[in-house]
Amino acid sequence: MTYIAKPVARHPKIRANAVGLTPRDYEGSMTTLCAGCGHDSVTAALIQAFWEIDLEPHRLAKLSGIGCSSKTPTYFVKDAHGFNAVHGRMPSIAAGANAANRDLLYVGISGDGDSLSIGLGQFCHAIRRNVNMLYVLENNGVYGLTKGQFSASADIGSTAKGGEVNVQGPIDAAALALTLGATFVARSFSGDKAQLVPILKAGMKHEGFAFVDVISPCVTFNDHKGSTKSYAHTREHMHEVVHTDFVPLRSEITADYAEGAVKTVTMHDGSMVKLRKVDEDYDTSDRRAVIDFLSEAGARGEIATGLLYLHEAGKDLHDFENTVDEPLVEIPYADLCPGSAALDELQKEWR
Amino acid sequence: MVHPSACGVNDFALKIGTVNGTGSASANGLLLQALYRMGVPVSGKNVFPSNIQGLPTWYEIRISKDGYTARSPDFHLTVAMNPQSYARDIEEVVSGGWVLYDSSKELDDEFRRDDVTFIGVPFAEMCVREFEGARTRILMKNITYVGALVALLDFDMNIVKGMIEEKFGAKKHLMDANFKAIEMGHDYLEKHYECPLPIRLEAMKENTDKVIITGNAAAALGCVYAGATVGAWYPITPSTSLMDAFNEYCQRFRVDPETGKNKYCILQAEDELAAAGMVIGAGWMGARAFSPTSGPGISLMSEFIGLAYYAEIPAVFIDVQRAGPSTGMPTRTQQGDLMLAAYASHGDTKHILLIPSDPRESFELAVKAFDIAERFQTPTFILQDLDIGMNDWVVPKLEWDDSYAPDRGKVLSAEELEKLDKFYRYVDTDGDHIGYRSLPGVHPRGAYFARGSGHDRYGRYTEDSDAYVDVMDRLRAKVDSAADHLPQPDIRKAAGPTTLGIVSLGGCHWAVLEAIDDLAARGIHVDYLRVRAFPFSRSVEDFLASHDTIFVVEQNRDGQLRNLLALETDCVKDKMISVTYYGGQPLSKGHVLEGLAPHLEIKALMEVSS
Repeated sequence: MTYIAKPVARHPKIRANAVGLTPRDYEGSMTTLCAGCGHDSVTAALIQAFWEIDLEPHRLAKLSGIGCSSKTPTYFVKDAHGFNAVHGRMPSIAAGANAANRDLLYVGISGDGDSLSIGLGQFCHAIRRNVNMLYVLENNGVYGLTKGQFSASADIGSTAKGGEVNVQGPIDAAALALTLGATFVARSFSGDKAQLVPILKAGMKHEGFAFVDVISPCVTFNDHKGSTKSYAHTREHMHEVVHTDFVPLRSEITADYAEGAVKTVTMHDGSMVKLRKVDEDYDTSDRRAVIDFLSEAGARGEIATGLLYLHEAGKDLHDFENTVDEPLVEIPYADLCPGSAALDELQKEWR
Repeated sequence: MVHPSACGVNDFALKIGTVNGTGSASANGLLLQALYRMGVPVSGKNVFPSNIQGLPTWYEIRISKDGYTARSPDFHLTVAMNPQSYARDIEEVVSGGWVLYDSSKELDDEFRRDDVTFIGVPFAEMCVREFEGARTRILMKNITYVGALVALLDFDMNIVKGMIEEKFGAKKHLMDANFKAIEMGHDYLEKHYECPLPIRLEAMKENTDKVIITGNAAAALGCVYAGATVGAWYPITPSTSLMDAFNEYCQRFRVDPETGKNKYCILQAEDELAAAGMVIGAGWMGARAFSPTSGPGISLMSEFIGLAYYAEIPAVFIDVQRAGPSTGMPTRTQQGDLMLAAYASHGDTKHILLIPSDPRESFELAVKAFDIAERFQTPTFILQDLDIGMNDWVVPKLEWDDSYAPDRGKVLSAEELEKLDKFYRYVDTDGDHIGYRSLPGVHPRGAYFARGSGHDRYGRYTEDSDAYVDVMDRLRAKVDSAADHLPQPDIRKAAGPTTLGIVSLGGCHWAVLEAIDDLAARGIHVDYLRVRAFPFSRSVEDFLASHDTIFVVEQNRDGQLRNLLALETDCVKDKMISVTYYGGQPLSKGHVLEGLAPHLEIKALMEVSS
């Protein structure tokens, strides 16, 4: 409840990061979501990830659309600028903001209604444009705020709380993102913070559109037997195909990996992502193979998780538009206005 | 209508009917430019289909030694190059006028009229004989009719040839072909007809300090000069050429010479909704951002416009208005988006509108729009008629004051934020209804949450009545307070005292001015006010109050300006008489006089005037 002030008690042993902040400094206001909501776990994972990447809070722009998931940006990093936009249209705000100021970290939070129905077009085009941002889809298969209608990610045969059976096929957001050319595609589970945090960090560091589809159960409308987005169903059917470790810049690599099983990808800032295959044949750099894999896993009723696909050398919006390295908002006006002499010169052509 | 014999030198109108996609646009542009260079007051109206190739298209040129540039539907000469539209084109020539047509194929008797002179020239035949290749023949046919007009109307041949040289000088074969076509048309007329006609040209010196430009190009240049860095759009007629021009000028003025990289970003969105979102996102970051669009785009953007109004994000929308509703007539002009733009979006909203009457004003108001949007932290519209946006206008040269500094409004710097104990985005500290804005990334203390959901003056989410009303009331006061800072109306008092007034807007201006002169010549005085902005300023209110009868002249069916005046001023609605024309052509003097005549009890007026 927003009117209840969040206690600010601090554990004396709590550690500060490189910018002198503790995880508490990355929190926001008190959540207003239902107790046990998966989205709150995603918020907790985000807070952990922000702290671990030593983010300066005011260098973050957090955005969302409308829905339960879209409420969450107020629950993390209170000292960041936030924008709670209109339903399904956050990606265009993010694209315009990023065009104007390329130096901030953009994190968009959306849901399956927001991204896969009303906002499907904007979601797709943000991927095509490769807007440099982390895009988290908190996926629960249901419209929570309007009390339990099926969303476009609900599986065939999944039941509503009242017993109604979903008959329309689902949109697999991760598969869709892959077909559209997304350069970073991951899937995770709100109940698996250990898996989620490194993925979020890697997504924050990825240069381009980093898409993370997080199965995030709705405890009120879609956590019953018969639902394929419940905690129980997800735990039982999730299968981690690739395990992600994020190695920040200048950190020593301490984990011990078996030769050949690990693939290291260096992010543009020098930090590294280590991808440890769980399935032997899985290749995170083969887009077509990943699409096939997701389709086969889906047919088996399996929820494949992990950082599914990564291509770090893609071109982003600014590469496409050939914009200057300096953020457009920081260019002084004198450099933007051609002045009266240029106007006179130009008008000679209009005679 | 004025009889041709009464016209004569530098006072007539002609219409050229061709097929679109055949290159006639460049031939017609050549004619307009030649007239401009002859120093003659001239206006050109392109009447074109929403189509790429094969449908009838027209170009209308009015030459007026008195400087009247409104459309004149009284064509003294028609160049009939398109058999598809012969019937209508020939019918539209005034009695005593001339029809120049392609006599390669004999003209059907059904098109013949006894009261006009037919001038047949075998354009197609000559071009087939003299040029190779189908495309060249089609293109040169257009240049041949230019040559014919040079002879008939007594154009300065040196000027016409000079322009061809400028255009094709580097490509000699094209220059030679164009010269040949011009001479062929010219010589045929000289040989077979008495040239020039009684309607003809004489050089003047009226265009010394003038330029030829479209309103879309001028508005785009205004965006460049205002320092806009982000433009987001979805292609739509008739605003597309605005973003094309912005791109062209940015390529010229905004590319870093060292890196070759752009100091601007044009985003072609997936639809107008996204275009509006991009503008708002960029505005949130502190960039000057805009979207050119048309009525259908504003319909789609309305949800986002409401968000920008409520979250108080500066945004500039340029609506180049075409005939609605729905898809309507995309290539015809109208002023039908006034009500839509004034109150776009659900809930209580009201938006600032700026309304230019010609391209020069489009340039000035485009710059102004960004200052206004940032000063009042709200969406700001430029409502531009298609007629202004897409047609070539001869207007006084654009001027730029190098001392101009953009008004960024109340934006806090990092230093200012550092000194604050606590920053609240929507608190009216100065009593001017405008809160201070902070930009993302500047300082941790500037952080706030922009949202379209209910919020209090501290920027916090709320569903509390008083806190909600508090913000809504301030927003109303804020937009209303803008009225006195907006471009003031253009008011022209009649030579003598009068209780009659005309209120109009946008491109109607030129027809209204001409009608007022016409009335004055008959001893009827009418004061005139041209609205340049909404919300209406005090001077609009005063003008309405000080006249007994007010004719509201506009180009939409329902009298939207009159309705807006009735809603937003104290003027009694009955006092305002609606004079509308909404058929999609630019307004002409006749429309104004026809609308006024019944109320002025001068029935003879129309007879005399036509």
